[in-house]
Amino acid sequence: MTAVGSKCKVCKGPAVIDLPRHNAKFCAEHLQQLCRRQMAKAIDDFDMLSPDDRILVAVSGGKDSLAVWDMLIEAGYHADGLYIGLGIGDYSNDSGGYVQRFADERGLQLQTIDLRDEYGYDVPTASRATGRVPCSACGLSKRRLFDKAALDGGYDVVVTGHNLDDEAAVLFGNTLRWDIEYLARQMPVLPAGNGFPKKVKPLIRLTEREMAAWCLVRGIDYVVEECPIAAGNRHLSYKESLNAVEAKSPGAKASFYLGFLERMAPLLAGQSAAAAGELNDCERCGSPTTTEICAFCRLVEKSSAHEPVPVEMVLTRGGKARRR
Amino acid sequence: MKVLLRNPRREIEVEGGRSVDRLLDDLGLSREAHLVICNGTLVPGDARLDDGDTIEVRPVISGGAL
Repeated sequence: MTAVGSKCKVCKGPAVIDLPRHNAKFCAEHLQQLCRRQMAKAIDDFDMLSPDDRILVAVSGGKDSLAVWDMLIEAGYHADGLYIGLGIGDYSNDSGGYVQRFADERGLQLQTIDLRDEYGYDVPTASRATGRVPCSACGLSKRRLFDKAALDGGYDVVVTGHNLDDEAAVLFGNTLRWDIEYLARQMPVLPAGNGFPKKVKPLIRLTEREMAAWCLVRGIDYVVEECPIAAGNRHLSYKESLNAVEAKSPGAKASFYLGFLERMAPLLAGQSAAAAGELNDCERCGSPTTTEICAFCRLVEKSSAHEPVPVEMVLTRGGKARRR
Repeated sequence: MKVLLRNPRREIEVEGGRSVDRLLDDLGLSREAHLVICNGTLVPGDARLDDGDTIEVRPVISGGAL
């Protein structure tokens, strides 16, 4: 490689990354400084965390969840990890390995829940048994188990690694459908209450590219390969569309999502069923739900009774899971 | 120069003497959705890549359940 004099905006040392939305290039040290400041601003702006909070970080083995765990520990927070074994073939085995190594190397506390061992199903089977697309079955399972683990473990807050690209893509989808219920709930802080733990997203001011760069310059080994059954996921196409806009108009994603939080979200406050208190207790597990039996209990009932489905059977084609 | 691509993982041979941004453009890849690692080091868009370099183009987009 031939150096061409690309310099860090802050120290004029050799740059490792250019960030068009900041109209700047940064060296490894000042990239980290930028990331730390952006996370701290998100935490402060939305009152996400207190210094004494017991934090449970939902970790997948991907760049975002390992990065946010790393950043929180570095910032002095007390944060334990929770990994859920989803049973997505070798992908899950590899992902779990990355998480375990990350925790072991840093002496961090990690809890692991295996869907097949503890609930009698895995994501490919749940997808086939319920007719849900795999990402839907996966998300439902993870959200419930994160909530339960946080409440059972006495944690003050659940942290997830959702970043600016994730949130902008979800906002894009919700806006395309003008889904007021989801729009009203798309906040970086969901307060505790109604049987839910507090949930926060400290990475909302940071992009996927910045989080991947954080991991690279910090020497964090993460699972780079994409989940084999997420290919064709609708949110991926939304991200591609938003990145096409970002390429022409740097800063567009941040403006779209952070502008929503500042100017649109206040108008939607109180519009969701949870905010309106329209929730019952699930007749089986007691968790909050808008129906008699919650979606998770219904998924467990169908999936655990179904014969195991190998991951190859639900590999996506054109964005939709294969059905029988 | 050798270029490692992901999803799926594969290696291609590309002629050197071009910038990181040019490499991504030539491969039809979004600059916003990729990082480029040259000889084990993250490099910015205007870094020049030469024959003999070992390159990884790493996608940063992840999907799935949100």
